[in-house]
Amino acid sequence: MNLFKDAGHLFRFAGLFVLAFLAFLVVRHYVVPKSFGQYGHYRGAAIGEIAAHPVHFAGHEACEACHVDVVDVKKTGKHAHVNCEACHGAQAQHASADDPSTVKVVLPDTAVLCARCHTASAAKPKGFPQVVPDDHSQGLPCETCHKPHNPGMDTGGAK
Amino acid sequence: MKISRRQMLILLPAAAVAWESVLAGTPEASPNYAMTDHWWSMLIDIPKCIGCGNCVRACQTENDVPDGNFRTWVERYHVSDENMTNPQVISPDGGKEGFPVAKEDEGKYFFVPKLCNHCADSPCTQVCPVGATFISPDGVVLVDQTYCLGCAYCVQACPYGCRYIHPVKKVADKCTLCYHRITKGLTTACCEACPTGARQLADLKNPKDPIHEFMKTHAVQVLKPQMATGAKVFYNDLDGSVR
Repeated sequence: MNLFKDAGHLFRFAGLFVLAFLAFLVVRHYVVPKSFGQYGHYRGAAIGEIAAHPVHFAGHEACEACHVDVVDVKKTGKHAHVNCEACHGAQAQHASADDPSTVKVVLPDTAVLCARCHTASAAKPKGFPQVVPDDHSQGLPCETCHKPHNPGMDTGGAK
Repeated sequence: MKISRRQMLILLPAAAVAWESVLAGTPEASPNYAMTDHWWSMLIDIPKCIGCGNCVRACQTENDVPDGNFRTWVERYHVSDENMTNPQVISPDGGKEGFPVAKEDEGKYFFVPKLCNHCADSPCTQVCPVGATFISPDGVVLVDQTYCLGCAYCVQACPYGCRYIHPVKKVADKCTLCYHRITKGLTTACCEACPTGARQLADLKNPKDPIHEFMKTHAVQVLKPQMATGAKVFYNDLDGSVR
């Protein structure tokens, strides 16, 4: 008995199948990105691309490199642990410029800035210093009495 | 090929400059950063949060988050004495401009900053049909936006509501734990801008990270622990009413 008698149609079909599989391999080679599967079921190069996004907040160490005078004032007061950019906003453009003085920094408006944290509310933690701004200063700007970098009342000429 | 002495002298420095640029190659984003040395997480100290919204604004600036979407946001809980299990939760514009003043009232108030929990067994990465979202070797859940189809399966899968479809790019977007910053040795934008230190970036693989001592000495929780997501945003003093 010949096993392969009348089996031509099966071989033709198998041939087609192999061709299709080869075509699939070729297409896959060109379609799947090179770094896919480098670390797992994703494009490994994506990690580097995300890591290369631009930075906007310079980080307090960048500020401390130049503004030593302010840092010295700040570290003795109650705002010692408040980072510079918490109030001054993102300053990477200023910090990374060849000449930082060319990137002008707009100083924050203390009327808005101070109130954001220190307006009294029953929702805030009890130990946090809070005032009702209108009762507390009758509309005077905060820096009349409190210097933002060292907000205690007895800081003399500190800035 | 014959090269005269004059030609040779001209060619040599040119070749040296060309070779220099070949050696330099494409500049790497963070040359001294080894992914396998880190396992990133965040610690949130609820008693320190004053609901100022600095983190939300900083995140928006740092990551160009479109208005109306949030990679991080702050919720204010009000738990009344009569109904301890059904707190009133508000988050006006994600807490970006702070919260309305709460008059002296019964019950208790507290703020809960939220962000992607960077789960170690993340539901969102498991449902992605194309491998566009993944957990990086240093434990950060990221989205490959060039690969994402925008099908939003992951948006539905996240039990914490931390993902959204970017209204312009039409792909999934989320907190990257400021991956572009932490790989350069900086902290995240939200931690940098937090005035009270309520948010702290932590590296669980670094034995010197203060988070280890903190976890030993404080009652630290994650959100929805019953879902076994392996969430890595740890909350100190988390109230039982928080969902």
